Amino acid sequence: MHRKTIVELNTPLRTGEISSVELTQAFLDRIGQYQDLNAFITVASTTALEQAQASDDHRKNRDPRPLEGIPIAQKDIFCTEGILTTCGSKMLSNFISPYDATVIQRFKAAGAIILGKTNMDEFAMGSSNETSFYGPVKNPWAKQAVPGGSSGGSAAAVAAQLAPAATGTDTGGSIRQPAALCGITGLKPTYGRVSRYGMVAFASSLDQAGPMTRTAADAALLLNVMAGFDPKDSTSVDKPAPDYTTTLNDDLKGIRLGLPKEYFGDGLAADVAKTIDKSIEELKRLGAKIVDISLPNSTLAVPCYYVLAPAEASSNLSRFDGVRYGYRAADYDDLNDMYRKTRSQGFGEEVKRRIMIGAYTLSAGYYDAYYLKAQQLRRLIADDFHNAFGQCDVILGPTTPTTAFDLGAKTDDPVSMYLNDIYTIPANLAGLPGMSIPAGLGEDGRPIGLQLIGNAFEEAQLLNVAHQYQQATDHHKQAPKGFE
Amino acid sequence: MALDPTDVRKIAELARLEISDSELTIYTHSLAQILDLVGQMNVVDTTGISPMAHPSDSPLRLRQDLVTEQDHREGFQKIAPATESGLYLVPKVIE
Repeated sequence: MHRKTIVELNTPLRTGEISSVELTQAFLDRIGQYQDLNAFITVASTTALEQAQASDDHRKNRDPRPLEGIPIAQKDIFCTEGILTTCGSKMLSNFISPYDATVIQRFKAAGAIILGKTNMDEFAMGSSNETSFYGPVKNPWAKQAVPGGSSGGSAAAVAAQLAPAATGTDTGGSIRQPAALCGITGLKPTYGRVSRYGMVAFASSLDQAGPMTRTAADAALLLNVMAGFDPKDSTSVDKPAPDYTTTLNDDLKGIRLGLPKEYFGDGLAADVAKTIDKSIEELKRLGAKIVDISLPNSTLAVPCYYVLAPAEASSNLSRFDGVRYGYRAADYDDLNDMYRKTRSQGFGEEVKRRIMIGAYTLSAGYYDAYYLKAQQLRRLIADDFHNAFGQCDVILGPTTPTTAFDLGAKTDDPVSMYLNDIYTIPANLAGLPGMSIPAGLGEDGRPIGLQLIGNAFEEAQLLNVAHQYQQATDHHKQAPKGFE
Repeated sequence: MALDPTDVRKIAELARLEISDSELTIYTHSLAQILDLVGQMNVVDTTGISPMAHPSDSPLRLRQDLVTEQDHREGFQKIAPATESGLYLVPKVIE
């Protein structure tokens, strides 16, 4: 059962061949069996089985809801009432949220089961899952390799088939990069498409939640549940979301796919380049037209991002002061000392580094040189995309410059870690939807991701291209050895 | 971008972080590296470009000024480190 996609699970659930309780138990057993991956921070066995029972009862008496009885793993960044929400940090290691995030409410209302909360980089700051207070996650394809980050636990859980699907969040690539490194499908929607209410804030002008699944068709099912207006999020867009499943089978004939030359230059590993070229050939066979484009300012997206994201983070994370919830230091002299000790003990090294970068770039005398400059550059990066979408419908390229690197390989060099997100960050800065789908394996046998970037609110088009590609190829059907 | 340990101490104080002497060396080095990376922004002339604060350039939505939230004080305070009579307790700030 664990090998089936959500689309495939719907039939046995409907016919009664399997109950949600049985299905949920099967995944809980697998989570226990592969504990060494460290994909989960909390396994919610008791509540998951209660929810599964309630779903089975619902199915007996009423029409099934969109994700009736389907177990889903939730990134530990989403507040879940009654279940620990740590965000991968010691700061929230005792935090049981008094409310559900909108995303969680929506999954519950759709009949989905919450299997547990997945491991992640602390406060979503990282590209390898190594900054988690709960320890790194192993990549199911090669246990000495990172799964990517920050949604590394979600990616590993889906790749190892410990859950049919999971949620992630993406501020600079945190859905797409781990999806690429673990060989799964991940979609970051347009900024404002999915509610951020109850999602622990990192960089509020960039953060966006999305599905992590094995197939584009499953991602469409999840996005149908996640997307939509939420009055509780002031940046939620009041625009109806389409049914993302209805356009999956549209013909790709004549669709214009843009290849930005900046995504194929120096720094792209040869095996990744070769694999992406093969994907492009495949899409041509499906009727797509290839257009050469340029995103000239995208090469400066990483520097721009490392001003804006830490600046927003330093402001957002000022709320963690040991007063209202979360960790508080045991000994302190006065109020300021309590703040300092609580924050120094509660945050890990990378989080403190980013808070300090943000505090510095926002401080008097530096604001124009850094923050304002970065905001202007952000405009140029967004304008590049705007111009490109005059020539093409979807932008295509690699998700990451290399396959998954080894655990510990980049932990001492933050800048080399940051450069991993060179191809994913531009879409966040522009607020555009981006997706990563499996495109094959590198020379080291580790997965490679093909990235699709769409125009604002064109998630359906990304899912359509991804689904058609997956109908013609079987890269997304490969499972890592030992997890079949 | 040159950054010395005194600067880093000052930044840490602004961020309400306490850092040890050994951490100070690590942070001075890595923050300087990051500022070097960030400095690459200067190759582009952005004179006259309007700053982009947000992907959606539309103004923030307004709503009616009505009470929509229920009282959750009990639930919120149950998870607080220290409370008394409905108040959050912190070290004495006024003598």
